[in-house]
Amino acid sequence: MTPSRSFRIARAVLLLVFAAYFFVPLLAMFDFSTQVRGSAPGRTWDNWTFMFRDEDLRSSIVASLLLALLTVVLMIALLVPTMVWVRLRVPRAKKLIEFLCLLPLTIPALVIVVGIGNVYSWVTYLLGDSALVLTFAYVVLVLPYSFRAIDASLSAIDATTLSEAARSLGAGWFTVVVRVIMPNISGGILGAAFISVALVLGEYVFASLLRFDTLPVAMAALYKSNGPAAMAAALASMLLVSALLVGLTFLSRDRHRRNPGASS
Amino acid sequence: MTDHTSSHGLAVALSDLTRVYGPVKALDGFTLDLAPGELVALLGPSGCGKTTALRILAGLDRATSGTVSVGGKDLTRVPASKRDMGMVFQAYSLFPHMTVIDNVAFGLKMRGRDGASRRTRAGDMLDLVGLGEHADRYAHQLSGGQQQRVALARALAIEPSVLLLDEPLSALDAKVRVQLRDEIRRVQVEVGTTTLFVTHDQEEALAVADRVGVMNAGRLEQLAPPAELYSAPASRFVGEFVGLSNRLPAEVRDGVAALLGREVPVLPGSTTGAGHALVRPESVSVVADAAGTATVATVMFLGPLSRVTSTLADGTDVVAQLASSDALRLQPGDAVRLEVAPTPVLVVA
Repeated sequence: MTPSRSFRIARAVLLLVFAAYFFVPLLAMFDFSTQVRGSAPGRTWDNWTFMFRDEDLRSSIVASLLLALLTVVLMIALLVPTMVWVRLRVPRAKKLIEFLCLLPLTIPALVIVVGIGNVYSWVTYLLGDSALVLTFAYVVLVLPYSFRAIDASLSAIDATTLSEAARSLGAGWFTVVVRVIMPNISGGILGAAFISVALVLGEYVFASLLRFDTLPVAMAALYKSNGPAAMAAALASMLLVSALLVGLTFLSRDRHRRNPGASS
Repeated sequence: MTDHTSSHGLAVALSDLTRVYGPVKALDGFTLDLAPGELVALLGPSGCGKTTALRILAGLDRATSGTVSVGGKDLTRVPASKRDMGMVFQAYSLFPHMTVIDNVAFGLKMRGRDGASRRTRAGDMLDLVGLGEHADRYAHQLSGGQQQRVALARALAIEPSVLLLDEPLSALDAKVRVQLRDEIRRVQVEVGTTTLFVTHDQEEALAVADRVGVMNAGRLEQLAPPAELYSAPASRFVGEFVGLSNRLPAEVRDGVAALLGREVPVLPGSTTGAGHALVRPESVSVVADAAGTATVATVMFLGPLSRVTSTLADGTDVVAQLASSDALRLQPGDAVRLEVAPTPVLVVA
């Protein structure tokens, strides 16, 4: 047996072990969600179609998807110009911004919820009790991960020279950020966006303690009354996030094929 | 020197500029005037303030005090995006997500020019720098020299009032540097744009500029045509910074310096009494003479010219630049006589 062959076999075995580690629970979930028990065992899609039939679950799915979208939009609108501005104009403030952005990582979600509970009384009083008001809290929640992704992208380009070149050619600051810097850190922005989507679709503590019906809260409630349907909803949300991440991979690959100079 | 009367450039005046960064004074009363269409090179060691001066002219940095005017208009408080200046940077600055032609057309787009005229003008500029066939490539598909030529085309496409070159050749290898240096000069003469060229490479500055300004510690030490700067340095710093100089003991009396047994005239600004004359290697000749008081230490072959270092009886080393045909007759250890050409020298304390 040649070493390369043994290496290939070891690699295949490792791959199979890891695939089993990840896929066996998913297959078990799928099995559980499609199984018919009782006198006539078989398969059914009832639990999967339940999420489209049940009004509460459907509205929680819509709320979570909207929350993910709004969180991404607000995060990009806040974080990208701030980080570009800090890098170009006040580099001394970078450590402070980094500290502030990473802070939510060090404070337990429960503590944050207790802290912002009173604030949210006012938020719901002013903006209504839609679950979408969670956007503000979720932007804070995704800051550490988004900051890292965008910061890595910004570090990979010479933002100072690019912005100075653009300004010397007549571009204002808005044009510099939108037309020059953002296209060159699109990989980082996409990464930040998808991490944010994944986090928002799975977030339970904030929504539950602040009493908003998002998909994870609805799933937890459903699990008590209809386990297989809750399992189907959980698996569906995982598949959705996976599809988004695969989409990111293809988007980055396509972008790199067209422009290998851009960061990712 | 270029004939500036036919050019389309504007006069530039930097007056009494000071730039202070905390305890550091990057510019200290810096004043510089550029004639329309002129190419002035700012030369100096790292940290002398030359890039700061250029960035203040570009609007990318603010002077602590002093004024900037172009074509008689005060631009001191005008932002970079409104100054109408083209700039080529030391670092590669092409926008990576745009093709070459889109890069060149970017400034025109910012000026609201329509798509067709943008492409025509950008294409013309690419032809000017010899890269018309690379219009649809991306920056990463070009060599360093090509990227800087595209950056030059991009800076010129907007028909700037002033062209600013911030060490645009320093990242390139020696051969490409010389080619691009000549190309920059050709293009600048062709378009007639007033140009400020910052460099730390004196050969580059002397080769392309109408006038060269030598900077030291935030001040302009001397501004003169290259030949004058070389042959008649106004200060010890300029004499020692530009080109090679021997420091030979000399005695100055009545405007004449006695050195190596010969009397030579002195330049304005020289000290009187005992001092050191700054003598160019090409002003020193070496004559084989068994009775000579100097000894050849080394002979360095540099192609058509060679550099001969001889040691005087008091231990002073004297470098002479000779035709290689003459220099190669000398061997280390030979006794020689050194003579100085009767060209004016600067004598410093």
